[in-house]
Amino acid sequence: MRPAAAIAGFALAALALAVAGIALGPVPLGLGEVMAALGGTAEPRAQAIVAEIRAPRVALAAAVGGGLALSGTTLQGLLRNPLADPGLIGVTAGAALGAVASIVFADALLGTVPSVLRPWLLPAAAFAGAVATTALVFAIARRGGTTHAATLILAGVAINAIAFSVVGLMTYMSDDQELRDLTFWSMGGLGGATWRAAALATLCTLVAAAGLWRLARGLDLLQLGERAAWHAGLEVERVKRAAGLWSALAVGAGTAVAGPIGFIGLVAPHIARLCVGPSHRLVAPAAALIGAGLLLAADLGVRMIVPPAEPPVGLATSLIGGPFFLWLLLARMRRDA
Amino acid sequence: MPALPMLSRRRLLAAAGALLVATRVRAAAGRVLVLGGDLVEIAFALGAGGAVIATDETALWPPEAEALPKVGYLRQLSAEGILSLAPDLVLASPDAGPPAVMEQLRAAGLAVEVGPAGTGFAAVAPKISFVGKALGREAEAGALAARVAAEMAAVEAALAAVPDTPSVVFLISVGRGAPMAAGSGTAADAMIRLAHARNAVAGFEGYKPLSAEAAVGLAPDALLLPEHAVDAAGGAERALALSGLANTPAGREGRVVVMDGLKLLGFGPRTPAAVAELARALHPDAPLDL
Repeated sequence: MRPAAAIAGFALAALALAVAGIALGPVPLGLGEVMAALGGTAEPRAQAIVAEIRAPRVALAAAVGGGLALSGTTLQGLLRNPLADPGLIGVTAGAALGAVASIVFADALLGTVPSVLRPWLLPAAAFAGAVATTALVFAIARRGGTTHAATLILAGVAINAIAFSVVGLMTYMSDDQELRDLTFWSMGGLGGATWRAAALATLCTLVAAAGLWRLARGLDLLQLGERAAWHAGLEVERVKRAAGLWSALAVGAGTAVAGPIGFIGLVAPHIARLCVGPSHRLVAPAAALIGAGLLLAADLGVRMIVPPAEPPVGLATSLIGGPFFLWLLLARMRRDA
Repeated sequence: MPALPMLSRRRLLAAAGALLVATRVRAAAGRVLVLGGDLVEIAFALGAGGAVIATDETALWPPEAEALPKVGYLRQLSAEGILSLAPDLVLASPDAGPPAVMEQLRAAGLAVEVGPAGTGFAAVAPKISFVGKALGREAEAGALAARVAAEMAAVEAALAAVPDTPSVVFLISVGRGAPMAAGSGTAADAMIRLAHARNAVAGFEGYKPLSAEAAVGLAPDALLLPEHAVDAAGGAERALALSGLANTPAGREGRVVVMDGLKLLGFGPRTPAAVAELARALHPDAPLDL
């Protein structure tokens, strides 16, 4: 498969899934009604369903899926480790720490926060936790002006363990209501998507994507090893710091508004590499489109499978992505054999 | 006498207006989605069960309600799933959520009414009045609230002379790691006190895992379990063994009280009966006229 054709295919698939996400749902709406709602002229119920429920949800799914995939691509390239995912450098653990703290200490915190900002307390805390934890992991791994990839991974593992044990402690301290709130947050979900959340996640993902795009050549050079990359004129340390910052931005924003969504950050880059080869200029856009498509498909799946109820989207991402990845892998092995 | 016809016309108008409002409420309550097991129970007790088209996973009583379509778990609802049922009115417990989904429902033009917050027996009457008002059955609601209050007063009168002696541990689950015990501030704690007994677990608030050693130290006289925990453990004796309470007074005398979880903890129309059932089980020797 030619890389350009593959990327075009992924773009088409993501677009088709986005259209399906707007057109389909538990409430059967005709194509005419959907078009009218997009034009702003449908009757109020259809208008609200399409414009206020489905459309922001589709936008949020695309932004979060794309952000997770881009961050996974960057970290796998940076650490030269095929098992790296955004969780590894502490983004998810930090976001969970912030979110759970904001739920458990809500009573104490709410008094100090003006009421307009209260709905944003959880996402803001999750985002701050994500960025702070990532910064801590990078600071620990940095010794004598250089950041060792192996130390970075180990520091990430240690910080993850500490963060999740604090989450466990706060879970223990929480009452029934808080316990349920944080259980559901930790499953992830796009059900509460609003235009504001979608716009925020999209903005963060686009800014991070622009930043990561400029690292693509550097990540290619890094595959030769850090020393070789340095000799080829790459500012290795700058690339590492920038990669950590943009990854934390993309994943932190997505996790803050949609909860932790696993698997996409790990598997989308692999699918992309299987289809377009190793160059990061090709892998990054392909992975972003695959991530967006996967999350759109998973979200559509959970909305349609047992209406009027809705299972958490995190279950569906692995359920759809896992077999797809396995099939791709087996097909590739058969072709190579 | 022109004043008399004027007056009667005004009365007529007022009556017509009231009728109009009443029919509008009845019409609006054509297809009702009720979220929250306690509110569902009240809606059926008011005879409005026919208007209820769906409920959530917490609605386990009466059996007609359990058989209705479910829109998922009370705190994890989906806006479009609910809209697909096209309800005219949504009656929601204050626990229903997430909040963003409730906002989406209102934005889609659904009439969403949220019930009164609060726990304990004091919350039962406001809940009944809320459901009665929303479903246009205020007279039935008044009668039901009065009946529940009278039943509760009778139970309290019968228990007045009974001392608060037995100490009780309520476990919401056993056999999956440390058993989860109800501390102070829980519905189980309130029920134990209403039945003239003491909650042996007074050291913490809410539900917390109870260590085996702490359980023995509490030395409860009786163990209270919801039916689902007993079913999951495979019988009351197994549940007692798994709870780590076998070496307490409750375990040695085999005093395990098993009750329907929603009836025990739901704080609805069945609460007086639940208190009576619990009191009979906890005070086997007391001459209770219940």
